[in-house]
Amino acid sequence: MARVRVIARLDVKNEYVIKGIHLEGLRKIGDPNEMARRYYESGIDEILFIDAVAAYYDRNSLSHIIEKACDDVFVPITVGGGIRTLADIQKALNAGADKVAINTQAVKDPGFISEASQVFGAQCIVASVVAKKQDHGWEAYTDNGREPSGKDVFAWVQELEGLGAGEILLTSVDQDGTKKGFDLELVQGVSARISIPVIVSGGAGNVKDVVDLSQAAHADAVALGSLLHYDLAGIRDVKDALADAGVRVRI
Amino acid sequence: MKPTVVVLDYGLGNVRSIVNALNKVGANVLLSNDEAVIMQADACVLPGVGSFPHGMQKLQEHDLVGVLHAFKDTDKPLLGICLGMQLLMSEGEEFGKTDGLGFIQGRVVKLNVELSHEKLPHVGWSEIVRPDACDWEDTIFHSTNSKEVMYFVHSFVAEPLDSDNVLSKTQYSGSEFCSSVKQGNVYGCQFHPEKSAGPGLNILENFTQLAQRNN
Repeated sequence: MARVRVIARLDVKNEYVIKGIHLEGLRKIGDPNEMARRYYESGIDEILFIDAVAAYYDRNSLSHIIEKACDDVFVPITVGGGIRTLADIQKALNAGADKVAINTQAVKDPGFISEASQVFGAQCIVASVVAKKQDHGWEAYTDNGREPSGKDVFAWVQELEGLGAGEILLTSVDQDGTKKGFDLELVQGVSARISIPVIVSGGAGNVKDVVDLSQAAHADAVALGSLLHYDLAGIRDVKDALADAGVRVRI
Repeated sequence: MKPTVVVLDYGLGNVRSIVNALNKVGANVLLSNDEAVIMQADACVLPGVGSFPHGMQKLQEHDLVGVLHAFKDTDKPLLGICLGMQLLMSEGEEFGKTDGLGFIQGRVVKLNVELSHEKLPHVGWSEIVRPDACDWEDTIFHSTNSKEVMYFVHSFVAEPLDSDNVLSKTQYSGSEFCSSVKQGNVYGCQFHPEKSAGPGLNILENFTQLAQRNN
């Protein structure tokens, strides 16, 4: 078993890290580069930058933030939001990103995932799935959780794996920003259906939520927002708690 | 004087992180594919992501195969990272057989995951372990702890013919592969030191200091 990765998720709008609840009602938290550096120095395994408003403007505006992050962050960096073309991916990689996360464009044109995976390698392509609970199952949403896609999450993640996605970033809209814990049923359902790594995002409010996730479902990585941004726990606290629960982590 | 480390620019992947990491540890870093610049440098880093044949093709397109041979013959430190390490070997088996640079005898083969259900590519943090017969004292790992955790992204691995070339081993999927190589001043790391936080930077710092000693 590979080590479970602890990832800091920085949603960015107009040069600020923001955090909302259910991906809405966004509140300014701080400077993305300063926060990324602080998390790096505290032992984070990866950094995930998401352009929270890119879908509106059809572009990702984080290049200069990524470039600057690479000056002092020496762990893998993923960038998401507004990635629509192979040129967008190339631009993100040139800025210093190791991977890109793709949601809306994958729904519009699933073939884009296969094309991107063939050109840049599966390890570079993270399919971002934003899930919202319905009466039966979960539906995938696009445009940072605003637009329903009509796709069933369980079927969609299997399709994405088949298309050549290297990882799935699974965000629960219902849990995002609530600090009430992860949607464990959702994670269990997704991880049982695919064999590519799943990065779980949305809901952690304390260390126990992360441990509960690791015990209830197979998550290859956990992406933390509120928990770290509001300093509800330190990165080392999270890793120590996981290690105590028998989960292998990088300490 | 800071030692000059040239990072080979041959159009393969993201080199910003390796350039920044070398800067961070005190190197004067140049990104180049120019023969004169490369030959004058105190040390050379061969980065790379992608497939073995594509990597060799790109080196040939930039007329860098001969330059790399000439650089190696100067005995100045050379470090291949990820695909760059694999290209140091004599032969690759990805998409058919392709000749490599041949600085270290052996092949590059697909990582064996038959013993378990582990996934390819191998992505994530894994331990590098010093082989019993190997001494890290006079290498760029001299301040690295055995079992230090490094960041890997790969599906293929180098298999040196001579076990003396194996600088570290790593466990994945129930089997062991060679995660770094050494032959004289030629080094290769399958992992990404520039993405492996402090322990990775430490290796790059030792590499830079090796360049300093030689200049």
